[in-house]
Amino acid sequence: MKSFFYTLKQSFLQFGRNLNMAVASIFAITCMLLILSLFFIIVINVNMAAEKVKGDYDSIEIFLKEGTTEESAEEIISDIETQAGVDSAHFKTKDQAMEEFRSRWGENGYLLDSLTDNPLPDSVVIVIGDLEKADAIAEKAAGYSQTEDVKYYKSTVDKLLKVTNFIQFGAIVLMVVLIIISIVVVSNTIKLTVFNRADEISIMKYIGATNWFIRGPFLVEGIIIGMISGGIALGITALVYSNLIEAVGEQVFSMLSMPMVPVSFLMYNFAWIFMALGISIGSCGSIISMKRFLRV
Amino acid sequence: MIIFDKVSKSYKSNIALKDVSVHIRKGDFVFLVGPSGAGKSTFIKLILKEINADSGSIKVQGEEVTGMSARNVPKLRRNIGIVFQDFRLLPKKTVYENVAFAMEIVHQPRKTVKRTVPAVLRMMGIADKADKYPDELSAGEQQRVAIARAIVNKPKVLIADEPTGNLDPDTAWEIMQLLNMINSRGTTIVMVTHAKDIVDKMNKRVIAIESGRIVRDEFGMYGYKEALEDSEPTFDTMHAPDRKAIKRKFRKGGKEEQ
Repeated sequence: MKSFFYTLKQSFLQFGRNLNMAVASIFAITCMLLILSLFFIIVINVNMAAEKVKGDYDSIEIFLKEGTTEESAEEIISDIETQAGVDSAHFKTKDQAMEEFRSRWGENGYLLDSLTDNPLPDSVVIVIGDLEKADAIAEKAAGYSQTEDVKYYKSTVDKLLKVTNFIQFGAIVLMVVLIIISIVVVSNTIKLTVFNRADEISIMKYIGATNWFIRGPFLVEGIIIGMISGGIALGITALVYSNLIEAVGEQVFSMLSMPMVPVSFLMYNFAWIFMALGISIGSCGSIISMKRFLRV
Repeated sequence: MIIFDKVSKSYKSNIALKDVSVHIRKGDFVFLVGPSGAGKSTFIKLILKEINADSGSIKVQGEEVTGMSARNVPKLRRNIGIVFQDFRLLPKKTVYENVAFAMEIVHQPRKTVKRTVPAVLRMMGIADKADKYPDELSAGEQQRVAIARAIVNKPKVLIADEPTGNLDPDTAWEIMQLLNMINSRGTTIVMVTHAKDIVDKMNKRVIAIESGRIVRDEFGMYGYKEALEDSEPTFDTMHAPDRKAIKRKFRKGGKEEQ
């Protein structure tokens, strides 16, 4: 406990002594985190939009041959539900289909009234849980003897998957690069403060201080720098994002019928992410920069 | 206390120590003499496990140092006090803080620190300098502070690397008196030195190292092979003990030997 307080005291002293350095690293890390948060926001919103779109295309409909009984439809349902990637399946009568059709046409629904006979077929609707497995499911669906036709938005779903995967991958690569850059910046900053105290460190080593005893204050210094940067970045992001949503959100996004991720949800997650990133960047930076000086 | 058994160490192609066997007993006062580059520093660095031996075994206080894991090195060093030629005090700390620092590192309670540090400073004769900074002190006083720091944790062994190298003869002799007193209290002392008059006057065990070998190990006078060859010490042997070593350094482009 005593050594813990010693460490804490030393790190604050150091922080004060090297205020310029600390401010420089805080600025650098804050900038990194802001760029990171920009990517986060883009990725999260793209993901959300993608999920929404996927929701519209996450079903495969099997149109049944004329005269197929509900019992044989049930057989298909119980069979297809065992297939990997299938969430659920249910039977849709031609009357339900007509009803849906009518509501989609809205005010023009009366046009359907002139139909004396319902031309729509009965169908089985399969809700897909895992879109990546949609191909296999569609293939299986086409194989039943009662199947007349299969409705499946393959190319649309494929494109969507490709785009979202690409964006996610690109964002992750960029984030990793940014994190590495921040670690290098912090480790260089702390290396300067370590360098100033190289004599002290070598004396400590000769007297018999453990590496962690020497590292402690620098580690805490790095963590403090990381936490402050995280806090600043979080504040700026929250301010900008909430203003952005207020300014353009309401009209533009309702026009696209595409909601944005709400501020509160985003900030709650960002708080954790920024703190974790800030702390790990700060501590990694300080440990890396100490390495050379501890080899006595 | 310190046992070297056929220890060899070389830096790339340079042999620093070859088949060195020494036994330093508890309570010994040992002078380590020899020309520059003979392997004296290597000897000390091996005791502190600053470097690793190529072969042989080194025991300090019954514990095997060769092959000791890095985790245990701090523990080893806490039992060894060190004094350097250039004092190595922390300039931004007062005398008191410099000495207390050594105790803080080994997690001594504040109460013990407050009691022990003034006592050690008094023993070193610098009690009145406690609140001064190192650059306000004379060289001799600074070395006293360094010795106080080295012994404040009551190590069993004190290693002094040319502790009088930067001091005038009178001050150097005062420092030797202090070391002698510390030794008489039971601390084993290993002192590297080039000061012939001091070694002669002290009349202690002298281990002479030359070109990585122990060439002499007996009580009494300063000297190693080259110095012994001309019985009358000349200016050369006193101040530039090894011309070969100097030439060697020159060839290496002035780079300091490890």
